Amino acid sequence: MTVTVLLFASYADALGEASLELDLAEDATVADVLAEVSRRPGAASLPPAPLIAVNQRYAARTARLRSGDEVALIPPVAGG
Amino acid sequence: MSGAVQLVRDPIDPAALMARVARPAHGALILFLGVVRDVNDGRGVTGIEYSAYEGMAARELESIADEAVVRFVGADVAIEHRLGYLTLEDVSVGIAVAHAHRDEAYAASRWIIEEIKRRVPIWKREHYVDGSREWVDPSGAVSAELAQ
Repeated sequence: MTVTVLLFASYADALGEASLELDLAEDATVADVLAEVSRRPGAASLPPAPLIAVNQRYAARTARLRSGDEVALIPPVAGG
Repeated sequence: MSGAVQLVRDPIDPAALMARVARPAHGALILFLGVVRDVNDGRGVTGIEYSAYEGMAARELESIADEAVVRFVGADVAIEHRLGYLTLEDVSVGIAVAHAHRDEAYAASRWIIEEIKRRVPIWKREHYVDGSREWVDPSGAVSAELAQ
C-alpha cells in the first residue's frame, strides 16, 4: 500500500522535502513509517519518537495504516 | 471551520473578534492577544514566520473551541490564529471569550491559549537581529501524551 508522509517546519528542512510517498506492507503501522523515514538522508537530526498524526489526528506508533492514509510527522508545536 | 475559529493571513481585528462573542447576557468579555515581542531567550527578534499543518490546525482549533463551551458552560468563544511573516507588535493569535460572569470568562480564556500552545500544529521560525533564523522548540515533553 501507499501512504503520503507530510513533513513540516524543522523536519521538512532536515529532509529537504515537505512530503514523501512510501510503499509499505499491507499490515504496516506508524512505526514502519518512522523506520522508513529514518533511513532517508537528513533524518539523523529527527528525534527517535516524533509526534505523529494520521489523517489529521494524533496517533500512536502502533496505529495500523490503510492505503491512502496521510501520515504527518509533527515537530514540537509552537502556536500562540 | 465554523465561524468561531479561523486561520488567517491578514491582520487580526480585535474589535471584530469581540463583536462575535458579545451578547446582552454576557457581563464579562475577555480579549487575549498574543503579540510578537522583540526578545526571546535573550536574543533580539525582528519577526516571526508562522506556518501550520493547516487542515489539522483548523481541526484542532475547532475542537478546542467546542471543548471550551462544554467545559465553561455558557461561554461564547472566537479564536483567530495568523499565519505568515509577522513583525514586532503584530498580533499572532486573538481569543475572545464572553460569559455571564468574569470567573468563567478568565478561566476559559486561559484554558484556550494553553490548549493552543499544547496541541495545535503551528510552528514559528524566529528571525533575529543578526540575520539568523531558527525554529522555536518550546518543549519535546508533550509527545507521549498527545499520542494516547
